[in-house]
Amino acid sequence: MSVNEETRDIRRRSWRDIDLRAVAPFAALALLLVVGALVNPNFIGVTNLANVATRSAFIAIIAVGATFVISSGDLDLSVGSMVAFVASVMILFMNSGVIADPALMLTAAVVFAVFVGGACGLANGLITTVGRIEPFIATLGTMGIYRGLTTWLSQGGAITLREPELQALYRPVYFGSILGIPVPIAVIFLVTGIAAFILYRTRYGRHVVAVGSNSDVARYSGIAVNRVRTIAFVIQGLCVAIAVLLYVPRLGSTSATTGILWELQAITAVVVGGTALKGGAGRVWGTICGAFILELVGNIMLLSNFISEYLIGAIQGSIIIIAMLVQRSLVRKS
Amino acid sequence: MDSKTVDAGAVVLCAKRISKSFSGVQVLFSVNFELRAGEIHALMGENGAGKSTLVKVLSGFEQPTSGEILLDGKPVTLPPNGAAEALGIVIIHQEFNLADHLTVTESLFLGREVTRFGMLDRRHMRSETRRVLDQLGSHVDENAMISSLSIADKQMVEIAKAISRDARVVFMDEPTAVLSREETNFLFRQVRKLRDKGTSFVFVSHKLDEVMELTDRVTVLRDGQWIKTSPTSILDGESIAQLMVGRELSSLYPAKNEPDVDEQVMLDVRSLSTSYVQDASFEVRKGEILGFSGLIGSGRTELMEAVAGLRSRHAGEVVIKGETVLSGDVHATNRCGLAYMTKDRKSKGLLLNSGMTANLTLQSLDRHGKLGYLNPSSEAAALVRARRRFDIRVRDGSIVARRMSGGNQQKLLLAKVMETEPDIIIIDEPTRGIDVGTKQQIYHFISALARDGKSIIVVSSEMPEIIGLCTRVAVMREGRIVGVLEGDEISEQEIMRYAAGLKKKQAA
Repeated sequence: MSVNEETRDIRRRSWRDIDLRAVAPFAALALLLVVGALVNPNFIGVTNLANVATRSAFIAIIAVGATFVISSGDLDLSVGSMVAFVASVMILFMNSGVIADPALMLTAAVVFAVFVGGACGLANGLITTVGRIEPFIATLGTMGIYRGLTTWLSQGGAITLREPELQALYRPVYFGSILGIPVPIAVIFLVTGIAAFILYRTRYGRHVVAVGSNSDVARYSGIAVNRVRTIAFVIQGLCVAIAVLLYVPRLGSTSATTGILWELQAITAVVVGGTALKGGAGRVWGTICGAFILELVGNIMLLSNFISEYLIGAIQGSIIIIAMLVQRSLVRKS
Repeated sequence: MDSKTVDAGAVVLCAKRISKSFSGVQVLFSVNFELRAGEIHALMGENGAGKSTLVKVLSGFEQPTSGEILLDGKPVTLPPNGAAEALGIVIIHQEFNLADHLTVTESLFLGREVTRFGMLDRRHMRSETRRVLDQLGSHVDENAMISSLSIADKQMVEIAKAISRDARVVFMDEPTAVLSREETNFLFRQVRKLRDKGTSFVFVSHKLDEVMELTDRVTVLRDGQWIKTSPTSILDGESIAQLMVGRELSSLYPAKNEPDVDEQVMLDVRSLSTSYVQDASFEVRKGEILGFSGLIGSGRTELMEAVAGLRSRHAGEVVIKGETVLSGDVHATNRCGLAYMTKDRKSKGLLLNSGMTANLTLQSLDRHGKLGYLNPSSEAAALVRARRRFDIRVRDGSIVARRMSGGNQQKLLLAKVMETEPDIIIIDEPTRGIDVGTKQQIYHFISALARDGKSIIVVSSEMPEIIGLCTRVAVMREGRIVGVLEGDEISEQEIMRYAAGLKKKQAA
C-alpha cells in the first residue's frame, strides 16, 4: 500500500467512520440541556447544573466501575447493597473511637472503607469465576447478603456518625470545593480519567475488552480470563467505596434503605453511555454522560410542572429501554 | 463425459448482469450465472472474489444493486432472510444455523412444525427425520441435542434440513470443510442421487479435487467478475487454479528444507496423555516442519492444546528448550517460546468486532509499553510491519476483523501469533477455508519461518498440504500417535494406512 493511499485511509476514517454509538449519548445530553433551558430559565444556570452534577456523583462513580464489569461480559447487581454495607461499617468504625485523633481516625476510616469495598468486589468476583456461577445469580445473592448485613448492623434503623469533630472534619469532602469546583465533581472527573486511562491505554484494559468480546479468543491468546474478570469486580468494589466516601459526609447516616435501586441506575448509566451490555466495548466517558443524563432528567422533571416527580423511576426505566433501542438501530446502520 | 450433464435440463435459476455494492464498495461487477435443472455447478474463486456475495444474492439474503434474477425464465425479486426457501431455494451456511438447545428433529422442523389438531406431531416429525438421516447414511440420533453433536454431524443435520425441504436449488458453501473423507463420500453420493432426480446444486469450495470429482460445470469468479463457465470435464485442477488466480501458479509448495539430524531439539513431548490422547511422544528439532495427520477426531487438536498449555494433561511431560513446563500453564509455554495457532479463527482466534491492531497485539501487549501502559505508536508500527510482512491486503486500515476475507483473517491470525516471537509454532489447519493464492503465500511463510530456524508443527486434514510441507509426518488415530513417516514414506497411501488403522508402528 502506498503512502498516498494510507493517508487517504486516515482521512476517510476521520470523516465517515465516526462511531454514532459513541456520539449518541453526548448528543442526547446536549438535547436535554436545550430542553431544560426551554422548560425553565433557571435550569441552565451554573448553580443548578453544578448541583445536578454533584448529585450524580454517586451513580457516576459506581457506574464507572460497572463499565469495567459490563465490558468484561459480567454484571454486578449488588452495588446498591454494597454502598449501604460499606457506608454502615465505615460509620460504625468511626463511631468505635479506637483512634483518638480525628484526622488519623478519618484517614483510617477511609482506608478501611476502600478495603471493605475491594473485599466485597473480590467476593463477587471469586464467586463468579472460581465458583463458576452466572454473575447475575452470584451478585443477586450477594445483593441480598450485603443488604441483610446492613439491616442487621443497623437493627432495622439508622446508623449515624456521632463524633461532631469527625463530622466537621469530613463535611467538606461532599460540600467543599477545590478551585471553585465542588469536590464530588472533581472526584467524578478524576475517577473517570483514571478509569479511561486503564481501559484504553493499559494492557489490563485491552484484556477486559477482549474477555468481554470473546472469552475463548482471550484464553487462546494466553490471557488469564478469570483473573481479568475478578479484577473488574474488585475495581467495581473500589468505585463503590469511593462513592461511599462521598456519601457518608453528605448525610452522616445510613439505613437499610440506603442505595436501593442504585444498581439499576448504574447499569442504566453504563448502557445509555453506549457500552454494550453483552460486553466487548467499554465507554467510560459515555458512562459519565449517562449518569448526568439520568440526573438531568430528574432535575428537569422537578423544575417543570408537567410531570409528577414521583414518576422519576418510571422515566429512568424508560430511558434504559429507549437507549437499547437506539443502540440497536445504530448498530444496524453501521 | 457423461452425456446427461451436457444437455441437462432447462435453466432453473439465472443471474443476469448482477452487480452489488456494499456502502460504495463494489464487490460484484455485472456477473452472469446460470444453473440448470439437475446439475452440480461449482462456484470457484479466491477469497474476496465475490462467491459468497453471489450466493447471497441468488438466495435472497442480499438484493442486487443492479441486474436481474430469473427463476424458471421469469424475472423475480427473491424474498429476503431465507423466505426464498418457499420457492425451493435453500442455502446451507458456512456457519451453522443450528440452535444448540434443540434436538435434531426440532431443528429439522424448525419453523414448519407438523401439527395434528393444533398439537405437535412429534412422532411423525421424528420418523421423518430418521428417514432423511438414513437417506444420507448418517447415524446421528434424531433425538440428540444439537450441542452434543460433533461439527461433522452438525453439518449432516444442516444438509438433512435442506434435503427435507424438497429444495430445487441448494447452495452449499464449503460443505466439506469439516467432514472426514468418509462423510464427504456419503454426502457426494447423496448429492448425486438428488441431482439425478432433478435438484440443482451450487457447490462453493476451495478443494479442487472435490470439485473435479463431483461437479458438472464450473464457474470461476475473480475480483468480483465473471471469468469463465465451462464443463468440469474439460478442465483440470491446474487450469482452474490458474483461472482463479489469473497467473501461473509456479509451485504451490516451496522446496523442503530438511534440518540436520544433530540440530537442537526444541520441543520434547514425552508420553503425554489427556482424557482422550494416550501416551503421545514426539520431538521437534530446530528448523523442522513436523506434520500431524489423521482423521477428524483423532485427537490432534487436543494433543496440541495440551502441549500448548490450553488444556490440562493427565500424564506426561512437555519440555521446551530443556525447560519442563507445568500442565495447563499457557503463560509458561508462551514465555518459553511456544505458540499455538488455533484452527478456529472465528471463534477462538480473532476478536471479530475489533480492528486489526487490537487483534494483532492482543497476545503480545507487554511488548508495547512498560508497567501495563500501552504505547499506541508502537502498536501502530507493529501493524504496519505485520501488514507488510504477511501481505494483509485491506482497503481500509480501520476495518474490523469480521469484515475481512478469510484469507486476510488467517494472515492476521498468523501475524498475531508471530508477534509473540515464538521459536516453536504449532499451526492447526493453516489454510482452512482460504483460497489457493493465499494458501500458497501461507505455505511460503511457513517455509521461510522454518528456514529462519523456527520449529513448526503443522496439523492438517488436507493431505497434500502435509505432504508438500513437512519433512516428517506423525499420524494419529483414536488419540494415539500410530506412526511417524519420513522422507519417501510420506505419501497419501501410507498416511491413510496409518490413519485408518491398517498399519502401526512405534512412535519416534
